[in-house]
Amino acid sequence: MTTQSRARDVRILDLSKTFETKSGEQIHALKDVNLHIQPGEFVSVVGTSGCGKSTLMRIVCGLISATRGRVLVSGQPVERPRDDVGVVFQNAVLLPWKTVKDNVLVPMDLRDRRRPEHEQRAEALLAMTALTGFESKYPFELSGGMRQRVSICRALMCQPSFLALDEPFGALDAMTREAMNLELMRICGETRATVLFITHSVPEAVLLSDRVVVMTPRPGRIADVIDVRLPRPRTLKDYASDLFNDYTTRIREHLGAETLA
Amino acid sequence: MRRWGRDALLAVALPSITLVVLLALWDWAVVHFNVPSTLLARPGAVVSELYYGVTSGLLAKHTMITMQEVVYGFAVGSLAGFVLGAAVAESTWTRLALYPFLVAFQMIPKVAIAPLFIIWLGYGVTSKVAFTASITFFPVVINTIVGLRSVDTEVLEMMRVFRASRWQTFWQVKMHFALPYLFASLEVAMVLSVIGAVVAEFVGATGGLGYLILQQMHTLETARVFAVLVVLSLLGIVLSWVIRVAARKALFWHESERGTPS
Repeated sequence: MTTQSRARDVRILDLSKTFETKSGEQIHALKDVNLHIQPGEFVSVVGTSGCGKSTLMRIVCGLISATRGRVLVSGQPVERPRDDVGVVFQNAVLLPWKTVKDNVLVPMDLRDRRRPEHEQRAEALLAMTALTGFESKYPFELSGGMRQRVSICRALMCQPSFLALDEPFGALDAMTREAMNLELMRICGETRATVLFITHSVPEAVLLSDRVVVMTPRPGRIADVIDVRLPRPRTLKDYASDLFNDYTTRIREHLGAETLA
Repeated sequence: MRRWGRDALLAVALPSITLVVLLALWDWAVVHFNVPSTLLARPGAVVSELYYGVTSGLLAKHTMITMQEVVYGFAVGSLAGFVLGAAVAESTWTRLALYPFLVAFQMIPKVAIAPLFIIWLGYGVTSKVAFTASITFFPVVINTIVGLRSVDTEVLEMMRVFRASRWQTFWQVKMHFALPYLFASLEVAMVLSVIGAVVAEFVGATGGLGYLILQQMHTLETARVFAVLVVLSLLGIVLSWVIRVAARKALFWHESERGTPS
């Protein structure tokens, strides 16, 4: 299924964010971050906790504003949440009193225009994420991985040209996580959306991405951008390849060097 | 017999045995210690008073009055409590303007102001409804505020991402998360509203179960007082049950109602 007519680019320009603590201390969460994500490209951001990757994510999806710089999605500045930017959080954040299908339809219902084609679209998305037969189940009847798949369907409901995922598999066990990685690659292949993927797992970032952005904390800055030239389609077997290990070693050296310094 | 069948049987049998033992003990004590019937009547006398009360229509008449007071008072009090609680939780201005007075008013012993309601609204049903409402109001206000503030910030962020309006976020998300708190307070409020109606009738009334108890007290008809007590507790049980059934329907998704699979 095609999720949008054309995938579009995302430009992050000279982005800085400074928070002020209660004691008046200035914290530089992000400093001069520049990144251009090509249409249909999958870019991961890795870094230790506190490196500002969640702040970056929240600015990119319009939840908070930047202190300096700006974010352009398809050339339009992001100032508030937008329909063409889909977001998946670390937790699935489903509404427990709604069925799986109704949860997927939440973005549509909020616009007060549920129509048969929306229901069909929800069903198609659920089918794509192997959730057919679970449409009328409630979130508490699902496993963690299934819930996160519902959350991804919900983010795709508005046909976003850009998908931002904030450590979406961080709360899942290792086995489910690997399965979800494969699933996400397949979904991205089918929807051809531009993706920004925040994670603290280096192998996950290498497996999924076209490029991996390594961030360093305080102030949050881009230390390196690594092109991952593993051929697609990728499988879990890639984990064992020498090339894969070269990439993870290189990224880990960055992270280690920066955190120990 | 299957397990749930045995459990269900026990759930009926055990309380019945307790009831019979207690009644037998009561009857034996009255006879054995030679307690005058004006102090404590025998269970049999209470049953026959109950029978008389039901067949003569006396109990029905007064029960209707009290039930009216309870239901209207409960409805008015909890609706007002919900509206004010929502206003305080949702708007800083309302909170700053009203919250101190809410706390102060809550500190007044409500029973002490019951006579005022009689002065203002007379001996009829209206003064009882007003007093009952004033008693049920507080638990609902407090729990509405706590419930509306209990909403997960992640869910609120998700609603912002989907560009929900404030109104949509309130009704479609916050309200649902507040419901468990709201229902807990409604159960308390229902018990309080029965107390409220009876107390208000004690202060001054022309009918109702509380009024009936006072009347029997003057003539030392203890058996009849007990008969009224039985009706009152039945009334309380039925009304609380209604709330619990509503809660179970509305909160099927919540941990408190899911329970353990049988």
